[in-house]
Amino acid sequence: MNLTSPGATFTHAAQDALAISARGMVKIFGELRAVDGIDLDVPRGVIFAILGPNGAGKTTLMRMLATLATPDAGSAAVMGHDLVTEPHAVRGAIAMTGQFASLDEDLTGRENLILLSRLWGFRRRQAKDRADELLAAFDLADAGGKQVKDYSGGMRRRLDIAASLIVTPGVLFLDEPTTGLDPKARQSVWRMIRSLAASGVTILLTTQYLDEADQLAARIAVIDHGRKIAEGTSRELKAATGSGFLHVALADAARIDEAARLLEAKLGGSVQRSVEGAELSVMAGSPQRANEALAALIAAGIELADFSMGSPSLDEVFFALTGGPAQPAGQKEVER
Amino acid sequence: MNGTATDALMLRPVARPEPPSAFSNALVFGWRAVLKFKHVPEQLFDLVMTPIMFTLLFTFVFGGALAGSTGDYLQFFLPGILVQTIVFNAVYSGMGLSTDLSKGLFDRFRSLPIWSLSPFAGLMVGDVLRHLIAGGIILTIGLILGYRPEAGIVGVIAAFALLVAIGFGTGWLFIVLGLMVRTPTTVMTLGFTFLFPVVFASNIMVDPATMPAWLRAFVDVNPVSLMTTAMRGLMAGNATPGQIALALAAPIVLTLLLAPVTLWLYRRR
Repeated sequence: MNLTSPGATFTHAAQDALAISARGMVKIFGELRAVDGIDLDVPRGVIFAILGPNGAGKTTLMRMLATLATPDAGSAAVMGHDLVTEPHAVRGAIAMTGQFASLDEDLTGRENLILLSRLWGFRRRQAKDRADELLAAFDLADAGGKQVKDYSGGMRRRLDIAASLIVTPGVLFLDEPTTGLDPKARQSVWRMIRSLAASGVTILLTTQYLDEADQLAARIAVIDHGRKIAEGTSRELKAATGSGFLHVALADAARIDEAARLLEAKLGGSVQRSVEGAELSVMAGSPQRANEALAALIAAGIELADFSMGSPSLDEVFFALTGGPAQPAGQKEVER
Repeated sequence: MNGTATDALMLRPVARPEPPSAFSNALVFGWRAVLKFKHVPEQLFDLVMTPIMFTLLFTFVFGGALAGSTGDYLQFFLPGILVQTIVFNAVYSGMGLSTDLSKGLFDRFRSLPIWSLSPFAGLMVGDVLRHLIAGGIILTIGLILGYRPEAGIVGVIAAFALLVAIGFGTGWLFIVLGLMVRTPTTVMTLGFTFLFPVVFASNIMVDPATMPAWLRAFVDVNPVSLMTTAMRGLMAGNATPGQIALALAAPIVLTLLLAPVTLWLYRRR
């Protein structure tokens, strides 16, 4: 264990109010510094989101905190237990639901839950009762006798989360909990996460969906290229990027390049385009300057379908922080 | 997804029970292997089809030419085909492990506060069951075709105990392969590419007396030959302690060598 990274010498005693306290976490795969010196303090009882694009290092960071990967440098305490010297105690206080269902596909849902209950130490009868209780709570009672390979994506995700709650964990790790789910199943998982947090479970989740972080998390850490580039509440992150964003929607999408050039010339800074291609957002600073920019567009004969002023969306915050969109278009599905 | 009752998650907090023993963890994984038999009985079909085909083909197509009569050949061949069955079976446990790993199931196990080798102990329990079932089926077919173990039931029990030891030792090879190779089909391809020459260049199918000297030199020390010789001896009732010791050498060496490697690879992942 290399403890030379900055800030690595901290005392666990002072971190009792924290569910997770990590300093200088590093993970290297060959040439790639997948996680490159991340500090993280997660207070107890909150939903904390790690937000970043594919390959930013979110999953690797989470796997280290869940004892599934050994850090190459840095140190961390999870629920007061040192990650490296007391991994067994950490495992007793956490549960993790990975990005890909960690269930036995050949077994039934009920058998999966009984298996895990037995591994936790419940006796046969108690394990069956706990499995039935969880199946009922997750609306899977009818599907309990079916093999997991016959489950839908949403059912799998619910069973996977149920499998993490056999013993109520201090910290629940959720790696991209809604990736690949349809909007309805996604809403449902969000409600489950909120309800778990309300019952006192600390939840650390990774996501590449900005609205997910915005909707759920009390605090958000933005990660890119293995480094933490910003952290705060969603409101703080938006405020740091600055208010006074100008959004315009063009009547004619064909003139978007021309409009973007005009706005850039008038307002400076980078203009962000919507994926659909007819909307532009740019930091205007003041209503005065926004007004001038709009006048320039109209003078050039570019017709507007709509415009508005407002605080930036998390998408725009991400764009401002990383200089790139949060997720490339068409790349929303699961990547392995 | 329906109903708000689901989403409100009426869950009471549940504390951790008394931590279970390592042995209890291993038994639970063994139970998982048994459940697999219940849900995927086809896997047994895969395991016994090849040896059944080998038994029938070699006995009836080559048997007369090789040993004078099909009955004599079966008497020679059956203990060897049992070794081949168990050694080939071991590849499937490596495939099963690779499948589990590729699905993230082991991440779940590894994040639990359990004895870290218990998933492997459970795999072994499943393997032993598979070996016994597959071996039992092949022996039954042999008996129907006219095979007679001279040492009777005691000899058969001793031979099956040796088979389980062979399976246990060989299993480590493919568990290590399963931990190192990403895809289950690659485990199978690599496993059989290695096993085919080792199994054929042995005394399972023919007496090596007619082979060229260089090949015989290999066949005589091939662990598969040593295992087969001991199996024949046990079932015929004339095995020497030396033969049994030689048959057990490879499984013991593999276990001593590869169990620590398995643990290291598993922890490193």
